[in-house]
Amino acid sequence: MWPIGELYSAGLLVYAVAALAGLAAHFRKKNAAWIAASLCFASLIAAALEFSASAGALIVGTELNWSLPSGIPFVHYGVRFDPLSAYFNLVLSLLAGCVAIYSIGYLKHGVAQRRPGLFCCFFNLALLSLTLVFTASNIIFFLIAWELVVVTTYFLVVTDHESVEVRKGGLLYILMSRGGTGLLYIGFLLLASVAGSTEFQALHHSGAKLSPALGAAAFLFLFFGFGVKAGIIPLHIWLPAAHPVAPSNVSALMSGIVIKTGIYGMARVFFDFYGDLPVWAGMLVLLAGVVSALLGVLYALMEHDLKRLLAYHSIENIGIILMGFGSALLFRSFGHPQLAALALVAGLFHTLNHGVFKCLLFLGAGSVLQGAGTRNMEEMGGLIRRMPWTALYFLIGAIAISGLPPLNGFVSEWLTYQGLLSGFGATSTLTRIAFPIAGALLALTAALAAACFVKAFGITFLALPRSANAERATEASLSMKTGMAALALACVVLGLGATWFIPAFAPITQQVFGVQITGQLVAGNGFLLTAGSVHNGSVSPLVLALALVALGAVPLMLWFALGRKSPRTTGPSWDCGLPGLTSANEYTATAFSKPLRMIFAALFRPRREIQAEFDVSPYYPKSIHFESEIGPTFETQFYQPLWEGFLALTARMRKIQTGSIHAYLAYIFVTLILLLLFGVRA
Amino acid sequence: MIGRIFAVLFQVALVLLLSPLVTGFNRVLKARAQTRCGPSLFQPYRDLYKLLRKGMVIPDTASWIFSATPYVLFVTTLLASLLIPTVSANAPLSLFGGVLAVVYLLALGRFFLALGGLDAGSSFGGLGSSREMTISAIAEPALMLAVFTVAIGAGSTNLSTVAQSALGQSWRFLAPSQMLAFAALFIVLIAETGRIPVDNPATHLELTMIHEAMILEYSGPYLALIEWAAAIKQLVLMTILVNIFFPFGLSADWSPGPVLLSLALFICKLVLLSIVVALVEISNAKMRLFRVPELLAIAFVLGALALVSTFLFQA
Repeated sequence: MWPIGELYSAGLLVYAVAALAGLAAHFRKKNAAWIAASLCFASLIAAALEFSASAGALIVGTELNWSLPSGIPFVHYGVRFDPLSAYFNLVLSLLAGCVAIYSIGYLKHGVAQRRPGLFCCFFNLALLSLTLVFTASNIIFFLIAWELVVVTTYFLVVTDHESVEVRKGGLLYILMSRGGTGLLYIGFLLLASVAGSTEFQALHHSGAKLSPALGAAAFLFLFFGFGVKAGIIPLHIWLPAAHPVAPSNVSALMSGIVIKTGIYGMARVFFDFYGDLPVWAGMLVLLAGVVSALLGVLYALMEHDLKRLLAYHSIENIGIILMGFGSALLFRSFGHPQLAALALVAGLFHTLNHGVFKCLLFLGAGSVLQGAGTRNMEEMGGLIRRMPWTALYFLIGAIAISGLPPLNGFVSEWLTYQGLLSGFGATSTLTRIAFPIAGALLALTAALAAACFVKAFGITFLALPRSANAERATEASLSMKTGMAALALACVVLGLGATWFIPAFAPITQQVFGVQITGQLVAGNGFLLTAGSVHNGSVSPLVLALALVALGAVPLMLWFALGRKSPRTTGPSWDCGLPGLTSANEYTATAFSKPLRMIFAALFRPRREIQAEFDVSPYYPKSIHFESEIGPTFETQFYQPLWEGFLALTARMRKIQTGSIHAYLAYIFVTLILLLLFGVRA
Repeated sequence: MIGRIFAVLFQVALVLLLSPLVTGFNRVLKARAQTRCGPSLFQPYRDLYKLLRKGMVIPDTASWIFSATPYVLFVTTLLASLLIPTVSANAPLSLFGGVLAVVYLLALGRFFLALGGLDAGSSFGGLGSSREMTISAIAEPALMLAVFTVAIGAGSTNLSTVAQSALGQSWRFLAPSQMLAFAALFIVLIAETGRIPVDNPATHLELTMIHEAMILEYSGPYLALIEWAAAIKQLVLMTILVNIFFPFGLSADWSPGPVLLSLALFICKLVLLSIVVALVEISNAKMRLFRVPELLAIAFVLGALALVSTFLFQA
């Protein structure tokens, strides 16, 4: 027997103790740096404990079910380790461990260094509450943990609260999250009202007990409530505002795992609370996935702030995950549990993969930010010479997120494609066309992501430095490199060894669809990943990687036979005969994305302004001023009217806000009487 | 196992030897059509031989990415060619990756090539990289829709399974969905291999070049590898077009007799397709860069129509 309960509670305990110790250290103000390092180490230990608990729960299949009474009806402090919870807790603890290693070195510099004790307190509290979110088994307890995540991560985001941009980003984050939680309350209470209980176990398939209209309403409230956290378009605007301004280890945590709480919530609702959903629900999720993926990557392409670019890519990848979930929902509606399981595995595997490579990329961006002192890609360049290790890890992350073989992003995108392709044969209605079209748009998304990461890596790390800061950049410290190396290794291992990890999904598909697909997904002695069967299509990242290495013999033989004796010299790049190449000759990030900005001009509505000063003729300008801007379409078209309407409403509400305490007492009294009457009569 | 290794070696040799010939044949055709003498059919071999023996100059701004790029590009393209059926419907490594792996292996090579273009630090490299990534990105959905149509028809993304299923019904290319998918893939072939009207492989004019701009700083053996990889990529895409849509005479296995016959037919089919490509090239002018998306939008619409007609006419 695996001591799941003991490991789990030990992990929680270590998080809690580390959080308290951080608070104490903050007030004692002695040896702060040393204490911060040991508290990060404590987070690593806690994450390791949680990891072994979750891995054990997935492998051994034991379900933990604990509950403590709270003294309030309908509220229990209950935790449960079913396969779905265990899987998300596994993802959390894997990423938390890597981020904790990175933080040891990261907290010695930058803004977090000013209050390291307090930072570690909130960091551990955030991890503690995230663990509770994934394992809570009671609605109220879940929502308490959910709010605790919002509050603690808010404080982490506004670590550098002296800056206006940071405060604005943090405020937008907490406001949107609060709105999302409001939607969640309505949805959860609707479900609880028919289940007669707030326990997750009682809510299993309770969606069917609601009337169709109420069931649909509860689904929409929960989908959009969790959608705010996951960052689906158009509820995404807090992501590119809050992620970049946070310290980079917090950004990694936010993008890697905090937004995945939304995905966890959706998985819980879609596949646990609802046993069946109408076709439109699946189509809505698929559509939200396609739109988020495509618009996310298109906005990312236009960014030259490295961390904002990564934040937009989180939206894109959430979209890819939702494509998997949406097709799983559709397959379930059409009565194909096997295909639904395939699509669900694709979505869940991409959840892990995105967590891994996005954490890696944000940590890489953090190293760049620390080394070169800027988030603006136009001021970077040539960092591969000064930060070779960071560059290598960032490159691995870039290849993985672009979905290129043989790394992990390729595997989960491949599964998503296969799920979508199977959709064509799964039904006879016109909805079947939606699957391949979604697949084609996924291909567009992936190709644009590759273009975006050519830009992100090429402009940041290659060629000549574009500023003095970039020239003086220094490599990250050992612990930061270790944290990134662990994640880069995970990208490779999850890609090459995908067939060995896929069986871990068997308990989840068994739990939600009652089928075990993973036996069919893995063939050829565990070396082939298939799309249900070898006939439907198969891929083996490991064999492809080995074949790539083996085929390297061909160019080597050619070189040995012919080119061995030829000289190899270095010289200047072609500069059109002008005296010397400078960084001003290099292509910029803005220029790189210019063709796409023009092709998708209808979406971006770019505004540009060129002013040239000249003496004699306009053909010989002395200086040129160029300004270009992408219109914030969602903010102006969608949120601005909403905000104005809200302000108008509050202006009217002001009439009853007299400011007199007697009036307020009267309001409370009347409300109380009404509620009592209503409650007694019901 | 031994047979499989033999098949891999045979296909590697075939692809390496045949791909420069296809490039040479295309140049001969275009020259004759323009009533020029043109280079010999075997000029690409001589070019490659000479480049491989020459010394090379590496830009002093470049990092290890610049040197790794030719290898990565060459190896990924060569591996992609092993996943597609050339002379036998049973492609050597098709079990380990279907059509999605082919597309994504080519994308991996392109990813590195674009980085190599940026690494040299001049404006030309960045210009080429930017345009290459843009055009390939907007070609991708059309490519995938056409590929999906074929894959759905055969119920598999494995190209050997697709070819075998096509062998069973040799007249399937007459179906509207197949013809539309062929047309979409043909446009993608023109765009992906940098042919007129999308790109002109024979020019070094700054304002128009795409592929040539990316590889401007490469010389000697590195350039040879890149040129060879470009030729292999062209052969891969052409092979998909001829063998998936017109699988006549494709050998079902690797026994010598049928393979020889299918090799002869394969070359005939490539000759025919090359003639069509050359005709398109000589009868068109190069498009402005921002007209290319319109061409690819046509390909996307053709792909979508292919899919819809699969839905409409499939029992």
